[in-house]
Amino acid sequence: MSRIANTMTIAKKDFRGYFSSPVAYVLMAVFSFIMGYMFFSILSAYLTNAIRFEQFKFGKGPNLNDHLIRPLYGNLNVVLLFLVPFITMRLFAEERKNNTLELLFTAPVRWGEIILGKYLSAFAFVLVLLALTLPFPFALSLAASPDWAVIATCYLGTICMIGTYIAVGTWCSSLTENQIVAGGMTFGIILFFWIIKWASMNASPVVADLLSYLSIVDHFEDFSRGVFNTKDLVFYLSAIGLWLFLTYKALESYSWRS
Amino acid sequence: MIEVQRLSKFYGQRKAVDDLTFTVNKGEILGFLGPNGAGKTTTMKVLTCFMPATSGVAKVAGYDVFDQPLEVKRRVGYLPETPPVYKEMVVSDYLTYKAALHGIKGQKAKAAVTSAVERCGLGAVRHRIIGNLSKGYRQRVGLAQAIVHNPEVLILDEPTVGLDPRQIIEIRDLIKSLSGDHTVILSTHILPEVQATCSRVLIINEGKIVAIDTLDAISARLRQGNVLSVTVQSSAAAVLSKLKAVPGVVSVTEDSAGSNEGSRLIVTGNGETDIRRQVAEVIVQSGAGLLELKREALSLEEVFVKLTTVEPAAGGAA
Repeated sequence: MSRIANTMTIAKKDFRGYFSSPVAYVLMAVFSFIMGYMFFSILSAYLTNAIRFEQFKFGKGPNLNDHLIRPLYGNLNVVLLFLVPFITMRLFAEERKNNTLELLFTAPVRWGEIILGKYLSAFAFVLVLLALTLPFPFALSLAASPDWAVIATCYLGTICMIGTYIAVGTWCSSLTENQIVAGGMTFGIILFFWIIKWASMNASPVVADLLSYLSIVDHFEDFSRGVFNTKDLVFYLSAIGLWLFLTYKALESYSWRS
Repeated sequence: MIEVQRLSKFYGQRKAVDDLTFTVNKGEILGFLGPNGAGKTTTMKVLTCFMPATSGVAKVAGYDVFDQPLEVKRRVGYLPETPPVYKEMVVSDYLTYKAALHGIKGQKAKAAVTSAVERCGLGAVRHRIIGNLSKGYRQRVGLAQAIVHNPEVLILDEPTVGLDPRQIIEIRDLIKSLSGDHTVILSTHILPEVQATCSRVLIINEGKIVAIDTLDAISARLRQGNVLSVTVQSSAAAVLSKLKAVPGVVSVTEDSAGSNEGSRLIVTGNGETDIRRQVAEVIVQSGAGLLELKREALSLEEVFVKLTTVEPAAGGAA
């Protein structure tokens, strides 16, 4: 019981921390603007297509799932790829810089609780950002009938993706006391796992399979089609577990050397 | 309350703490005196479970710092060299957070925070953001953080650094008021600070214990100037009485700090005659096995030269 209590104590404090600096408000503003602009552009393109199709009745008409919802949530993940490093970079780096890690390390809490608490604080903040996109499907439902199952799996997939992003960011932040370094590394690592599949075109079949299995976007594909596959969930959960385990190891090494 | 046995800590090849052995009794204030870089902070980091030692055992309230860190951490309040404060937080929120990390919540937390705020004289600033406070107040917030969960043991790393003389006196009075219920270890490189607050002092230099005793006894030793540190292979009792009989010897005591091999004795002479030769002869004749004989006072003097012996001038610190 107290384990959960400790984790929540840390998570709450760090979550509030976002709002006691301009970070939260700037990120929320940037995110809303970019996502709003994207929704507007994708919707306009969709409408133009739909009108053309009505006029000429040629070929296949645009489909709400394929031409609006999937591109919207696919792009949402790209935007988060840029924003998550700014959210996670402070987690441990700031505490190391200000010597406040000593406070946490000498309090009767386990490292696992500290890591999980910090992870959850960043997660909760990204969920706040994600909540800002909820008006889009509701706006759509006023004029059309979007497939709510697809929208639900899109959100689930996005949550899995950001869970992995944040785990990478937590690890990077535990390695350094410089937030820029932590943020830059986070961005680099996530981007690498986005494009890791590119080399598979010229690789031997075994390597190609491996590369596409490691691709963080490939596992989002099914979710974006409205398919919930446990295989994908296992991938994301094990990735999160791995990066958080590495964070534990990084803290261990920090404590031995400090 | 605190037991340290043969504690060593290496940073790579550099030995920061070398074979430290000492105990602190309940309710005592032990001054940890030594020049900068002597190993004070390292020892404290080990005792607070912030950092594991390379070898040796350290126990706080009967719990091993390596095997049962959570039990130790529950009972220890720690003020590091730099107060570990979140600059964007309000003082009372910060203390409430620290209490929550110790599992103190709700009404109990309120009471604990109020009491810590009062004891550290933070009443006027409790609703202010820590980042906007002066260094003196931040130091007090750091101290309040260390006592908010009412720990049995307090470990304070240079608690009065950067304070003005009036604040220094206040903090010292506060620390003194904590003894009795709390066991305190306090590190400093300022000699008068030890005189003002501590019941016993441990002098450390280059990671090694130079002396551990009351300050009066140590200065007496230093004044007499004729102190020998003798290591014999057999037990101390075997030669103790014979040494006392040597003309010119004032006292012989067994050193509680001990030694790796055999036992260590502190022989104090009256300062009028050189007792070294006779002491050596007596030990050799008794067959106790003389391993080492050196003038103890010298090493102590070396340390004292490096210590800050005057208080910071009034108004000198912000």
